Amino acid sequence: MAPEPRLSQAAVTARSLRKSYKDFVAVDGIDFDIQRGECFGFLGPNGAGKTTTMRMVYRAVPVSGGSLVVLGHEAGRQTADREIKRAVGVVPQEDNLDGELSVRENLEIFCRFYGLSYREARNRSSELLEFVNLSEKANAKVMELSGGMKRRALIARGLAGSPQLLVLDEPTTGLDPQARHNLWERLFALKRKQATLLLTTHYMDEAEQLCDRLVIMDKGKIVAQGKPRELIEREVTRHVVEVWHGEAAAPALPSEMQPLTRRSEALSDRLLLYVDDGEAAIAAAARHWPNLETRLRRSTLEDVFLKITGRKLDE
Amino acid sequence: MRLPRGGESVSGMNLPGDINLSMALCVWRRNFTVYRHTWVTNILPNFFEPVLFLVGMGLGLGVYVGGNMRGQDYVAFIAPGLMASAAMNGASFEASWNMYIKMYFSKLYDAYLATPAQMQDIAFGELLWGTTRALIYGAGFLVVLLGFTLAGRPILTSWWTLLVPLALALIGAIFSLMGQWYTTLINTIDLYSYYWTLFLTPMFLFSGIFFPVSDIPGGTTIAWFTPLFHGVELVRGLCQGPLELRHLGHTGYMLAVCALLLWAVPRRMRKRMVK
Repeated sequence: MAPEPRLSQAAVTARSLRKSYKDFVAVDGIDFDIQRGECFGFLGPNGAGKTTTMRMVYRAVPVSGGSLVVLGHEAGRQTADREIKRAVGVVPQEDNLDGELSVRENLEIFCRFYGLSYREARNRSSELLEFVNLSEKANAKVMELSGGMKRRALIARGLAGSPQLLVLDEPTTGLDPQARHNLWERLFALKRKQATLLLTTHYMDEAEQLCDRLVIMDKGKIVAQGKPRELIEREVTRHVVEVWHGEAAAPALPSEMQPLTRRSEALSDRLLLYVDDGEAAIAAAARHWPNLETRLRRSTLEDVFLKITGRKLDE
Repeated sequence: MRLPRGGESVSGMNLPGDINLSMALCVWRRNFTVYRHTWVTNILPNFFEPVLFLVGMGLGLGVYVGGNMRGQDYVAFIAPGLMASAAMNGASFEASWNMYIKMYFSKLYDAYLATPAQMQDIAFGELLWGTTRALIYGAGFLVVLLGFTLAGRPILTSWWTLLVPLALALIGAIFSLMGQWYTTLINTIDLYSYYWTLFLTPMFLFSGIFFPVSDIPGGTTIAWFTPLFHGVELVRGLCQGPLELRHLGHTGYMLAVCALLLWAVPRRMRKRMVK
């Protein structure tokens, strides 16, 4: 077991954290530590238990077992939970902005929940609108916003209480590429301010780009953790050669490629060869399979997930 | 923009049952903001409805009843009870459909639960708002009744009328809490039709608004179990006198039911929403 964290350092510490419903275990005994000032990610397929974990962290659901300390408060007692909720901002997966209010009013009401006065709430809302580039939409109703704007409004709302920790549950799911990059840019801006971010995603590129450290979750358990690049280099090789065979049967690995290949993985339409020397391997592959499409790429977290679980992330 | 700052503790008065009053007031404020936007569509009907009832029932039916309603003008007899039922309706709308929508469709409470607010604060805030809306409905009625009185109809004949808003608030509170309690029991929004047709509508008809309940067999006994009966009697006593000891009983009954539900409902709400 990991040593006891220093309270001043750790933003979140979980030990054997569990969440079960009647006949279903959503989170099955997980351990993790999130340091202040880092961006920490939970990567995994849908149903892995990421959202439930987030909801436990921001105290929307009770913990079934194990221990959870958030910003120095042991979760569970009502007073501690209120303190945690006071200090944690939330950007939920679902759009639950108040459709009967304008964007500005949405923010103002939230500011009031965090104890700001009317005047402070007004000023803070203007700042937040500016931060997420929505000043022009301040008086628009929520339904007039695009998906990306709604997500930005949710981020602004999550920041209403000047949180010490911001939890983002799948912040870019369902957004088009441009809106996604727009949103990433806002998250990078928060990182530059040394905000502590906790995010879930099922996009590996998002996890790789944004997260200082991450865990990979599958079926309620943490199956791997570390810094993105370290995790990739530890679990798989640096490079992958993809051999696309399409509908045809997967080709066998020729003997000349065997010493170059650490491990191979057969998908339905392509063969993945995990190699250390990418240049040599792609050259050999191109020689051997002149009629097939061969590609060299860097390994990603998807490869890590595939190796550990035997499945692709989006399956 | 400053970030991170945070760190201040959650402040505000805590009521029994760990209900934080400032959080509850935030919920109230949100509802008030929405209401303010739509006051033309929301508040004006509060004046039309009583006028329609008073004209249709009071003046229309009143022609046949004449002054035979225990020696009273029929309009004057039904007016206080209609005012009580207006308060009941105002509170019931909020605690039923409106609350259910915020719980399960717009997921607004999920958003609030991510702030320092807990479910019991939200339920209490909705109770405060439901009571406010009952007051707005009842006050609309009261203004119309004042007009009728000034026009010569003997409706508001006692200075105790000044305390009617307190009675309306009590009616609002009790029906907010009962509606919320029903809301914690159901799994589909369609079941409110039962609440209205089998609970609120019979109460509207048999709580002594249109005729004295003592005139039907067993009427008083049954009416005693319904909160609206006590509300009607209290409002009528305040508007027209004479105030008797039994009016303290009516008030006590409603306060006791409120206290009981106030203990039980926020807990149930929390169990329902935080799993």
